[in-house]
Amino acid sequence: MKKKWRRFKNSYFLYSFKRDWVAVASFIIFTMLVLLSLSSPLLAPYDPYDTSSIDVMDAEIPPSWMEGGEERFLFGTDIQGRDLLSTMFYGMRLSVFIGCGAVLLQAFIGILIGMISGYLGGKIDAFLMRIADVQLSFSTMMVAIIISAIFQVAFGVGRYEELAAPLLIVIIGLAEWPQYARTVRASVLREKSKEYVEAARVIGLSPRRIRWRHILPNTLSPVLVISTIQVANAVMSEAALSFLGLGMPITKPSLGSLINAGFEYIFSGSWWITLFPGILLVVFVLVVNLLGDWLRDVMNPKLYKG
Amino acid sequence: MFAFVVRRVTQAIVVMLVISLIGFAIKHQIGDPVRDIVGVSVSVAEREALRDQLGLNDPFVMQYARFVKDALHGDLGHSFFFKKPALDVITAKAPATLELVFVSSLIIILVSIPIGIYAAINPKSLFSRLTMGVSIVGVSIPVFLTAIILIYIFAVELHWLPSYGRGQTVNIYGWESGFFTLDGLKHLILPSIALSSIMLPLFIRLIRSEMMEVLETEYVKFAWAKGLSRYRIWFLHGFKNTLLPVITVGGVQLGILIAFTILTETVFQWQGMGFMFLEAVERSDTALLVAYLIVVGALFVVVNTIVDIIYGLVNPTVRITGRK
Repeated sequence: MKKKWRRFKNSYFLYSFKRDWVAVASFIIFTMLVLLSLSSPLLAPYDPYDTSSIDVMDAEIPPSWMEGGEERFLFGTDIQGRDLLSTMFYGMRLSVFIGCGAVLLQAFIGILIGMISGYLGGKIDAFLMRIADVQLSFSTMMVAIIISAIFQVAFGVGRYEELAAPLLIVIIGLAEWPQYARTVRASVLREKSKEYVEAARVIGLSPRRIRWRHILPNTLSPVLVISTIQVANAVMSEAALSFLGLGMPITKPSLGSLINAGFEYIFSGSWWITLFPGILLVVFVLVVNLLGDWLRDVMNPKLYKG
Repeated sequence: MFAFVVRRVTQAIVVMLVISLIGFAIKHQIGDPVRDIVGVSVSVAEREALRDQLGLNDPFVMQYARFVKDALHGDLGHSFFFKKPALDVITAKAPATLELVFVSSLIIILVSIPIGIYAAINPKSLFSRLTMGVSIVGVSIPVFLTAIILIYIFAVELHWLPSYGRGQTVNIYGWESGFFTLDGLKHLILPSIALSSIMLPLFIRLIRSEMMEVLETEYVKFAWAKGLSRYRIWFLHGFKNTLLPVITVGGVQLGILIAFTILTETVFQWQGMGFMFLEAVERSDTALLVAYLIVVGALFVVVNTIVDIIYGLVNPTVRITGRK
């Protein structure tokens, strides 16, 4: 353990991290945001899901530093009288949860398909990659919107809203797997012809063992690089779907549905319901993107051209 | 070249067939045409008779064949809400979306090319580094948020520009256009800026990185050595050769703009296809939803095929290997 730690301390990875102040700052903000959102039930001053504590009379109170603002609601309240700060924490927890879940799902589908495609080659490869190409050419946004629209019509609005969080994970996972499949396939093709694979085959290891224990670990660094950016994309997709009313319902708002709810009240001057969740969303996506960029530069300088 | 075009077109047709199959499956599983026609007060026996008459008890494959045949004749089903053929509803809404996409692409091209070239030529200048910084922030701002901020600043606070709708339009041979009235143009400004904001950072980065790569090549160095004027090198030797990758990526990205029109149109209540699509989802108007899926699918497939063929024309290596 200690040895590993020392190796990590002396690694190029940590060295380049410490030298890049943008990466350090993004990492600090990222950790803070994730910790805040994970511990929101402990930290948030109010529980936005607890309907008994919400009073509609408190609706649309401006932030506390403005005229008419109240001390107990730092960032004001939303249209239902919930404390905006607490609702934002809970919303961000949902967004992060859905984003990470969706990335896990797409990584699972994508790695599986990429491995099969790259290792087997031939017709199966051509077929699977065609599907990935076509799906990508429609843009993940479009695919996600259409799948969620179909789900919503199929399940009915009420049932859809009940199941929104797991459904969103499935929707975004299904919409974005081709990114992983392509990356994994490309590095499997690269690794497949290397000598260690040949050696493993010569000593008589089973193809399955070669695939999962030898090739897969060596394909993981590009997977790690795109995973960061995919988390940002998934959070963005979730926000967009929720904004369109195809995602989290307003009773259990994510950042996207909060922005959507606030948007209807922007004409009456209640800008804070939209602005604060918006800033939180942008900051989160931005730091994840910056971290992803940095990671890509460190892990794979050749891959720079996106 | 001919074989390449044939291969691409065949592939496009296969993709369209798959899309139509998905569309049909949705219709088959979710929509109920009998409900769309008769409502609730009709007896079960009459419903069954109607089902038979409409051919809804036929095998799946036969129904699908009929669906494709109708689609090829321009009949994509009947919208439950509008009581009109779904394709008519869509074609009535299409001009709004296409105009929005057109103006946004224009903004993207006019803004990204000069900035991209400048940033490639002077990568160390303050302005270039600033644009790179701003562009990564731009990528992280969702399009609906940009739209809302624009509305808040220019419509709610300053009252300079209208915040929703298309304004006054002129009907030219059935094409409702907002280009020819001042009011229509004013309504176009905010939505098209919002829509272009999603692609602008991407294009600037793309043009910059491609151009920087070209400026590193041997023939550019040779051109410097020959003592050609710098503008000649930058624009004739450099920029011309960056256009190729930019056009291919750009073509596909402009298709993707259609996906983002759904978001932009929702914010601005822009009466286009995307807005209509969301309304169709809310009303469970399956026929219209499926029709939208097929029309937009066709649009994507056509754009991608054309881009691929153009790419094949200018870059022979693509059509020989046949894959990207």
